[in-house]
Amino acid sequence: MGKLPLRARLATSLGGAAGRMSRIAGRGDGSVIGGVIGLRLEPDLLALLAAGRQIVLVTGTNGKTTTTRLITAALGALGQEVASNAFGANMEAGLTSALAQAPDAPLAVLEVDEKYLPTVLTATKARVVALLNLSRDQMDRAAEIWLVARRWREALAAAPDCRVIANADDPLIVWAAGGAAQVTWVAAGQRWHEDSWCCPQCGSHLLRDDLGWRCGECAFARPPARWVLGRQSVIDSGGRIHELSLSLPGQANRANAAVALAVASVFGVDPAQALPWLRGVASVAGRYTAIQRRGRRVRLLLAKNPAGWLEAFDVLDPPPVPVLLAVNAREPDGRDTSWLWDVDYRVLRGRPVMVSGERRLDLAVRLEADEVPFMLVEGVDEAVDRVDGTELNVIANYTAFQQIRVTVGRAV
Amino acid sequence: MAAGPGAHRGPSAVRLVWVYPDLLSTYGDRGNVLVLERRARLRGLAVESVVVNADQAVPQQADIYLMGGGEDLPQVLAARRLRADGGLKVAAGRGAVVFAVCAGYQLLGTEFGGVDGEPLPGLEVLNISSGRGERRAVGEIVADVDPVLGVPRLTGFENHQGVTRLGPGVKPLARVSAGTGNGDGTEGAYAARVLGTYLHGPALVRNPGLADLLLTWAVGVLPPLPEAAESWTRQLREQRLDAVASMSG
Repeated sequence: MGKLPLRARLATSLGGAAGRMSRIAGRGDGSVIGGVIGLRLEPDLLALLAAGRQIVLVTGTNGKTTTTRLITAALGALGQEVASNAFGANMEAGLTSALAQAPDAPLAVLEVDEKYLPTVLTATKARVVALLNLSRDQMDRAAEIWLVARRWREALAAAPDCRVIANADDPLIVWAAGGAAQVTWVAAGQRWHEDSWCCPQCGSHLLRDDLGWRCGECAFARPPARWVLGRQSVIDSGGRIHELSLSLPGQANRANAAVALAVASVFGVDPAQALPWLRGVASVAGRYTAIQRRGRRVRLLLAKNPAGWLEAFDVLDPPPVPVLLAVNAREPDGRDTSWLWDVDYRVLRGRPVMVSGERRLDLAVRLEADEVPFMLVEGVDEAVDRVDGTELNVIANYTAFQQIRVTVGRAV
Repeated sequence: MAAGPGAHRGPSAVRLVWVYPDLLSTYGDRGNVLVLERRARLRGLAVESVVVNADQAVPQQADIYLMGGGEDLPQVLAARRLRADGGLKVAAGRGAVVFAVCAGYQLLGTEFGGVDGEPLPGLEVLNISSGRGERRAVGEIVADVDPVLGVPRLTGFENHQGVTRLGPGVKPLARVSAGTGNGDGTEGAYAARVLGTYLHGPALVRNPGLADLLLTWAVGVLPPLPEAAESWTRQLREQRLDAVASMSG
């Protein structure tokens, strides 16, 4: 911190004070306000704070926060301090706060909002960028995803020193990473295909088979991967097989772990070394956590878009464990609830389903169409009280999830 | 309870074709299929739904064709494929019902804007032409339907940068009371049994009257649904219309 110019130091310390006040006032975890104030005083603060550190940026539609956490854990094997925006504050102010709070950390793992990747890449001169996946999400405020991919492609082409770790199974990701000078392909899988039927290169139809995907007309095709995710294990770039045995549930998290292992290996952390650290991660920013509430075990899952809901269904406790679905449509959620119709809720038949959140009527109409019986509830506590057994699963989108966390307590 | 005698054409099912969901289904367009299926079945009508992807031929003999929204690149590809295929145009020409939203709506016309806004030829099923507007229209939309159609006011969400001009022989579907629509105060368009709208994604979910209009065009007059079957939809409609009313003060 001693090497920072005076104005940047002032910006950092004022920002830090605001963050502490915000936490004390109970207005949030303080991870954004400090950065906002700091950046107002010194617009280049992010670049100044990033200088001289090795930075990993993580972006994609789903799995950013979890993958950031897993990479941070894996780099723990190095025994050095790692700065990170662990709570998902992923725009410029959140990143700035994360770096300001760990001024001496030589490493930083930062999740970045899809839209901000080009700016942040330029400012931080990142050593590694991890690209997870791209699918429809909050389309009322985000650009069309093909445009997002095009901006990434241009930004990565202008960063020749950066190594990109990219998912070979997602055509849009492959196209975006195609601009980069150094790419490590990870076969991390793709559950959601509905946004990638069109060749991003030439606009023709993509063909899919067991081996992957390719364009029917031009040469664009799935690249051979150095790292390959199986059902329970990962094959590393040296051909060795590693059982994952994560604490986090689901195939989506195993995909996140595969990417984390590939990122860690750039820093010389071998998968065998990294894995015990990954297995130690049991909850990410309150997600996947089981908490006790009024004598019941409540498991919280976050799902923000159709692909995310598929992943959440994948990790539900088996029926007849009841599930509460909670949906809001505030600014961070996207104001448009149309995406509910891209999710197939029929998998929920056979268990009690409750719905809450500010847009629970949208959910009600959606479930009615899928012939899934449901009950409207006011909130998580009413749902807990209505549970006959001892367990409840909760799937909520972004602000609905935050509201539930406030109700059940942040201490998770 | 089945529709009355003569209300629909014999014992055959309502044949529904969802056109190119691989390209034209950006945001919840499946909702329109599910709503039509549900409202037909609740009246005792059988429904045969077929999904036709862009590498398949569009059948010409169905009753209702649905086209959804899409991003620029898929929209351009869909136009190319649908023009080459010709099935949709033949079907519309023999009086089939066509319902299209957003990118699909633009595709029905003579012209639409490509990836860089360049004019590209549409399917020429509806005499409209679309181009790119100055700014993106994003948000709730409310519009009052042409009284001739007997459909209550529309509530939906729009997210597009299109501007659509209606040619002779085509009537606006509705007048905008909140939102943007076609860009000139009107919203959507229809001619004969072809109807398009900028209400994107699952437009029929909040507008069961519009869903019933399409079904009526396809099979004849339908009995109303029992109140219990309409309750959630009615509450959702009221909530959204109230929300827009309170936003615009």
